[in-house]
Amino acid sequence: MSSDTTRIDGKPEVVKEPSMLKQKEMIARNYEALTSAPETGRKVVSTFVPGNLNELVMCFDMLNNLPEINAIQNGLRKKSGAMIMDAEKRGHSEDVCTYVKADIGMMGKGNIAPNGKPLPPPDLLLLSYTGCFTFMKWFELLRHEYKCPTVMLHIPYQGDGRITPEMVKYVVKQLREEVIPAMEKVSGVKFDIDRLREYLRESAKAEDNLVWVLESAKNRPSPIDAYFGGVYYIGPIFTAFRGTKDATEYYEMLRGEIEERLRKGQHPITPEGEMEEERYRLVVEGPPNWTNFREFWKIFYEEGAVVVASTYTKVGGVYDLGFRHDPDKPLESLAEYCLGCYTNRNLPQRVDMLVQYIEEYQADGLLINSIKSCNSFSAGQLMMMREVEKRTGKPAAFIETDLVDPRYFSYANVKNRLESYFQMIDQKRRAAGAAA
Amino acid sequence: MKCYIGIDLGSTTTKAVVMDGKGEVLGRGITNSRSNYDTASAVAKQEALIDARLTLVRRALAEEAALAGAAEGVLEGLERNFRLEQFLEQLEDLERTCLANAEHDRHEDLRKAMAEALEEIFGRLRADAEHLYAPGAERKSDFFRDIAGSRYMQRAEEVAREAGLPFDPLLNVYDKSIIEVENRPPAGDIGGKFLRALGRVLAEGGVHADHEAVRAAVERALAVELEEGYVVGTGYGRVRLPFSKEHIRSEILCHGLGAHLMYPGTRTVLDIGGQDTKGIQVDENGIVVNFQMNDRCAAGCGRYLGYIADEMNLGLHELGPLAMQAKKTIRINSTCTVFAGAELRDRLALGERREDILAGLHRAIILRAMSILSRAGGVQNEFTFTGGVAKNEAAVRELRKLVKENYGDVKININPDSIYTGALGAAEFARRAVEA
Repeated sequence: MSSDTTRIDGKPEVVKEPSMLKQKEMIARNYEALTSAPETGRKVVSTFVPGNLNELVMCFDMLNNLPEINAIQNGLRKKSGAMIMDAEKRGHSEDVCTYVKADIGMMGKGNIAPNGKPLPPPDLLLLSYTGCFTFMKWFELLRHEYKCPTVMLHIPYQGDGRITPEMVKYVVKQLREEVIPAMEKVSGVKFDIDRLREYLRESAKAEDNLVWVLESAKNRPSPIDAYFGGVYYIGPIFTAFRGTKDATEYYEMLRGEIEERLRKGQHPITPEGEMEEERYRLVVEGPPNWTNFREFWKIFYEEGAVVVASTYTKVGGVYDLGFRHDPDKPLESLAEYCLGCYTNRNLPQRVDMLVQYIEEYQADGLLINSIKSCNSFSAGQLMMMREVEKRTGKPAAFIETDLVDPRYFSYANVKNRLESYFQMIDQKRRAAGAAA
Repeated sequence: MKCYIGIDLGSTTTKAVVMDGKGEVLGRGITNSRSNYDTASAVAKQEALIDARLTLVRRALAEEAALAGAAEGVLEGLERNFRLEQFLEQLEDLERTCLANAEHDRHEDLRKAMAEALEEIFGRLRADAEHLYAPGAERKSDFFRDIAGSRYMQRAEEVAREAGLPFDPLLNVYDKSIIEVENRPPAGDIGGKFLRALGRVLAEGGVHADHEAVRAAVERALAVELEEGYVVGTGYGRVRLPFSKEHIRSEILCHGLGAHLMYPGTRTVLDIGGQDTKGIQVDENGIVVNFQMNDRCAAGCGRYLGYIADEMNLGLHELGPLAMQAKKTIRINSTCTVFAGAELRDRLALGERREDILAGLHRAIILRAMSILSRAGGVQNEFTFTGGVAKNEAAVRELRKLVKENYGDVKININPDSIYTGALGAAEFARRAVEA
């Protein structure tokens, strides 16, 4: 399979595979649809990645806008720093979630999408997930700004580590009585459950292939990086494409590429080409840093560190533990999907998942990237780390960066910690070898 | 003899340790890191090799019973006169550099007079040198810059007055030249300098033993070839070292292993360096199992004390002893250098005693270290404190108090050579790379 290379500002050539080009085209098309909504008359719903109800949104011919993704895009394009500063000028303090501030700063600058055109104001704010309470405050701010209808789908937290039938019923009731009526009203389209079933059928196909791709990292060498590469793989399914034919095609294409990599015994592809050697296999907990994404990734691939499993790639759905959207019980499966998202799981469940990953993917250890401005994700991480160390006997390490605030990324500090961690793994291996 | 070298390029000082094949420390060397890491590592390494030579001389003298009583005198004289030889060598370099710089000076009309004046000044400095390194003479510093600088000022002033020359051009030439000289790696020929030094020792007449036997023993020690088996570098400047990646280890691992070599029973290591604080847990083999360090800000690190010293117009070494005289501990909550400055000024304005405020500042540093330690999994028995701040008695006192309050009666180790812990670990890594 051929790879395309793009040269950016004289920097090393960035290697892109056909699936990446397809995804790029899909995202561009979605932004185009969003920014041309005032002309096409299509309605826009703003919502979040974890627990997003894309299939339902599509049932009403609405477009899905995700402020978190906009913030990530601005982070990757080095634009979020100035936006955050603008939000701070408007009175939002330094420690607040930087996704929120990047979004508010973006509004202040005219809400320009990556295609250079302004994003229209949303017609509906759909708060579909409350694992993060900042989401509520975020949408309160947006509601104040846009004065549009807001609907909240409350998802009970898995405090006891399991989803009960009552919890599912509770969410379904809200979907029937609150969410669907609100969407009908805003869009003027009548809800058709068969249409939803059709989208869910498509979702499940894509989910099967995504899981296959993520699990390919169980091979040695791993043909993928399940964190730095993984964030690209989850792009379509976690955003405005789950349930579309496009997503199904994307994941078939991706699977084909990975199958070929596997057949050839290849290592993961990085922005600078194929990784040469697999020296460390890691499990990573926590979101990546977006403002210095390349630089951050480079520290890993230069040392031969490949991430074989990550929890971040499960924030928009934990498919590898068995969940699939189910056309036979459409609303219930949407409810189960929301309830099962990674950050809606309690700490013991998250620890279990990490332990399972370390064992099943034969990882050398756990790395936690703790996000400075995200207390929601970070709370309990040190405890989780200790517990995983205790249960697996594998070394763990802790680094601190941020989502999209460039001021929170200290290269020297991160590099120092990562190098120490890699060497720590070496040292442990040598000791284990000597003991054997 | 095969020897192994560890170099720790810290942010303020550079340390080197030379070890033999059995893991015994032969020599230690230290210098300030300056702005030039290459020179700093060359100087530290050479200093450690000089120290190693003295160890070999001690061993050679000990081999002959007849010389046993003379050993200490010979060693003391040898070191002192070696320093004199070194001083003279650098003085000659300084003279050459000053003459060359005077040649290019803009004072064209002064050129000849300047050259004559410089010759006169350096002649007097050479004559002074013998007294500076005479038995029992006290030197305020071991650094060439400090010793040569103050003497030069004095002599240049005299000579300028006598010759009716302005003093300023002589000062300018010195300022320009001393940096060049300081940043030049030291010349080799350690053996030659030792032999010349030995000649001076014997001529001083203080050695009451068979001079020929002493000479033979020293020559035997000098004849031992110190073959560099392997060098490992660590510390923030490690990337600057002209070594391949295999020769570089993170300072976290080096401090862990170094502390283990000093105290095999140690399980927790705290290292407070100039720029960062690290809490490290090691196993029974000195292998790092976990570590935590301060994030992107150096709050509570050695630099904090440097800043406080500047604020109070004190020398860094004066802080600890002053704080020890405290009658009470003023509460200082901030480990942030800038905020601590504010708290300090506020307390001073309220009329609190400097000693009591300083006690509070030392406590603040250790409180921060305790938080990093608890993140790393707490203090296990035995506990070793390393890094520059371990030399500060007030910091040590607070540490003992807080460790007892939080973890009970834990054995606390502080080695007089603790500043060399990282270099020691690096040297052991070097030894193991070859011998193990």
